Order: sequence, then C-alpha cells, then structure tokens
Amino acid sequence: MSKALLEVEDLWVRFASKKRVVEAVRGISFSVGRERVGIVGESGSGKSMTGRSILRLIRHPGQVEAKKIHFDGQDLQALSEKEMRDVRGHKISLVMQDPKFSLNPVMKVGDQISEAYRVHTNASKTEAKERSIEMLNAVQIRNPERVYDSYPHEVSGGMGQRIMIAMMLIPEPDLLIADEPTSALDVTVQRRVLQIMDKLVQERGMGLIFISHDLNLVASFCDRVIIMYGGRIVETCRADELQNAKHPYTRGLLNALPDIHKPKDQLSVLERDPKWIEDPSVDAFL
Amino acid sequence: MPSSNNTMLKQEPIALDIQHLNVYFGEGHEKFRAVKDVSISVAAGGSYGLVGESGSGKSTVLRAVSGLVPSWDGTVAVNGEPISKKREMSYCRTIQMVFQDPYASLHPRHSIDRTLSEPLRLHKFDNIDDRVNQALVDVGLGRSFRFRYPHQLSGGQRQRVAIARALMLEPDILLLDEPTSALDVSVQAEILNLLSDIRKTRQLTYILVTHDLAVVAHMCDEIAVMSHGEIVEVMDVETMRDSKPQHEYTRELLEASEGYQPEA
Repeated sequence: MSKALLEVEDLWVRFASKKRVVEAVRGISFSVGRERVGIVGESGSGKSMTGRSILRLIRHPGQVEAKKIHFDGQDLQALSEKEMRDVRGHKISLVMQDPKFSLNPVMKVGDQISEAYRVHTNASKTEAKERSIEMLNAVQIRNPERVYDSYPHEVSGGMGQRIMIAMMLIPEPDLLIADEPTSALDVTVQRRVLQIMDKLVQERGMGLIFISHDLNLVASFCDRVIIMYGGRIVETCRADELQNAKHPYTRGLLNALPDIHKPKDQLSVLERDPKWIEDPSVDAFL
Repeated sequence: MPSSNNTMLKQEPIALDIQHLNVYFGEGHEKFRAVKDVSISVAAGGSYGLVGESGSGKSTVLRAVSGLVPSWDGTVAVNGEPISKKREMSYCRTIQMVFQDPYASLHPRHSIDRTLSEPLRLHKFDNIDDRVNQALVDVGLGRSFRFRYPHQLSGGQRQRVAIARALMLEPDILLLDEPTSALDVSVQAEILNLLSDIRKTRQLTYILVTHDLAVVAHMCDEIAVMSHGEIVEVMDVETMRDSKPQHEYTRELLEASEGYQPEA
C-alpha cells in the first residue's frame, strides 16, 4: 500500500439560496496515492465539484466543509488564500473541461503558458519560452512557434484543450486533477494526451484524479475507479474490474453504452432508483 | 479513391445522392478546400454514418447539403431531383438537420411552442396546435413541456426538442450532426433509441456524423471514414465489427474505441 498523497474525509459542498440548500457533494471520503484514480458519473453527480473543492475553487455562495483535506501531510483547509495560491498549479493543478472559458481570451497562448512556468520557478523569459514550446510539442501541437504567438480564439477547441494541458503540466505538479481533459479531443490526440499523463504518473510519481464520463476510457486508463451518483460515492473498485461492478447504477451505465461487437436493437435505458440518493456514501480509501 | 461503389443491395430508390461534392471556404489566396470530391449515396430508409476527426469535413458535408454553406460545387440530388443553389421551400421540407449542441441550437428566448411552430407557420401548415402537441408526445416529452423555455430543460430534453423541431415538417431525410456527443451515456441511450424508433415508424433516411464508432455501429448500416476532407474508406458495419478496415486511420479509430493502450 503506497502512502496517500491526498486524503479527503467527509467532504460536503453546499449551495445555499434563499429558499433551499442544494448539496452537490454529500459527505464523501477518499484518498489518492501516486496512482491514477478515475471519478465517473453523470453530469450533476458532483464529480467536478469534488475536484474543485480540493483546490478551494468553489465560489460564493458555494460552501465547502470537510473533516479533513490533507495533501502531502499539509492541511489544505488551514492555509491562507495566499498560501493556497502556491499550492495551486505548483503542487496540485487542475485541467478544466472547456478551453473556451478557461484560457484568457486577451492574452497570447504562449504568454499564458510561460506565466504558469515563471510564477513557480525562477526561470528567465527565454527559458520559459523554450520550455513552453517544448511542452506544446509534447502535446502534439504542430507548429508550436506559431501557436505560441496566437490568441485563444485563433486555435481550435482540441488545440485549446492541449494548450491547457501543457500549461497545467509545465510546473510539474505532484497531483493533477483532470476534469474531462480529453472529451473534446480526437481519438488520436486523446491517446497522446493520455500517454503524457501516464508517463508523468509512472516516471515522476505524480498522482492523477481523472474525472470523466467515459467508462471504457476510465476502465482502461486508471488504476482505481470511484463512481459517483447524486453527490455520493456509490461504488469503488479496481479499474480492470469495472466490468464486474455490482451497483445497479454502474451496471446501468455500462449497459447503456453501445458496443461495436455486440449489436442490439435497443440500448437499455438506465432506470433510476430513488434509494440510490439515500444510500450512505462508500469510502474510497487506498 | 473509393466513392459510391456501394456493395449494398439497392432495391430501395436512392434518397440522397451526393456526387463530387467540394466545399470551399475563403477567397483568393486564402481559399481552402474543406471537402474534396466526396460522393455518397444513401438508399431510402437507410442509415449512413460519417466518421472522422474534427476538421475532417464531416459536418461540412451535412452543412452543404442542408444549405448552410453556399460555397460548394458538385451535384446533390434528393429523391432523384438535383437541387439548385437557391433552396426551394419544398426542399427544406424534405431534409432537416439536428445539431450537435442542444445548449446552443435552441433559441434561449423562444418558448418550445414558438420553436416548434415557427417552421409550420413558414410552410403554411394547418392544425399547428395539434401538430405541436403531437410532436412533443412523439419525442417522449409530453404536452406539459410546450410553454417552457430551453433553460428549464435538461440536455437530453433539449435534444428531444431539437429532434421534434426537425420532424415538424415531416422530412424524408434527417441529417444528424453528433446528436449525442454533448449528452451523458444514459441520456445518449434514450436519444439513440428514440432516433431508431422514429426511423422505423416514419421510414426516414439518416446521415449520422459522429466520432464515436460504437454509436455508428449501433445506428448505421454503412460507414464512410473521412480524413482531411476526403473519404478514405467506405465499409459496411460488419467489416468494421470484424476489425478489418483497410485504411490506417480507421484502424486507429477502432483501436481507440477499445479504450486506452499504453505506449508499446
């Protein structure tokens, strides 16, 4: 059993309005070591909120509450906002889903990547540029010099996503939270991006939280899977055993997928059981 | 280059015949050929899949056929009749499109009622009231959704509205541009089932654009693979299932659909 990099206990994320309180994440506990952990679930299951709450990126009126959020022995909840800024990017970095909203539209792509590097290292401008172009190359951007001098609106969605990934990986974080990092990418590029992340986990011992709705991908890419529904963890298992998952929700998701090799007339539709919402959350420790 | 040498049995008449389609963007030196000499023919009642990576021109083919991109040449014939550059009203009735993103393709300030009844009014249909109600029932939403706005609906419900809108004018051909890529798998299953049922009951012809091979294998009989604006391979679904595609890009797509394989 490897030592846990991130430990989260009893995490709640609530959004209070005048009329009612919406609970996006409801008391989940999990830990992540130097491994690839997949979090799967549908939209609204709280998987993205989980990723964001670790980095304290939930905005008002959202409230995060947890018994424990420890990263590498450090209590993240006790840190000041200034200290938190040092954690973000340098130690834990987050690749967000949509490059359209996550890149600064009035700043050149290259400047954004170099900035990410220079904030956390003492590198010179030229050195940062070299590293940035190297990184753009690594995420398979043809013509990285041209892209370096482009604005976000001048690149395609898939390229934007790769730029984000380059930006997040350049400070060499210990933990990468990737929120649907490849869903906008073509299969060939997707594979390349996964290989880059895989390499970082294997060689540098980076931890990875891979948030996705693609069950096949998570099953083949990750070491462990956490399945979320209605803000709770309904099941957790080894990724290679996902096909034998027991919870009816996981089974329903698996059955809803069309399969190239097993043609059927009708896809089975997920029947939701209200009991799933009420069931206690399953702990997903290492 | 493989073109329309379809090996399928063709007792059915051809619903949509595209020959040597080229689509251009830009002018002068900047002129770019986004679709190069694409030929496709789809039998009435058939379901044809177009797959390829982003930028391969697959959506552009649909947009040219539906009249959203004017700068094309080649011939497009619907039910045997070649279409002119200027679309007739009757043409719009025979061919309709469902777009990729249900969050962007419905007017946010128009009620579902207005979205669905507008095409009927333009085409001077009668019984608009009944038709809107029936359309909502047909796509599994029910009448209660009629006076809601898109922001009050989930992604799957919005896509049902988009499908209902496409069906309002009783078209023969539906062009589906990644109809489920923005949806969760459980909702995707519902929408794909709905599309299959509608095709059966109304004898529609589909062209489905997607990058998900499993979806294409589920929905289509015949599949064309596009890369860099050209069709690089045409195959039937059995060939794909047996993993016998010829072209390297198709094999790559197939491999990727099996999940992640670490670098060898």
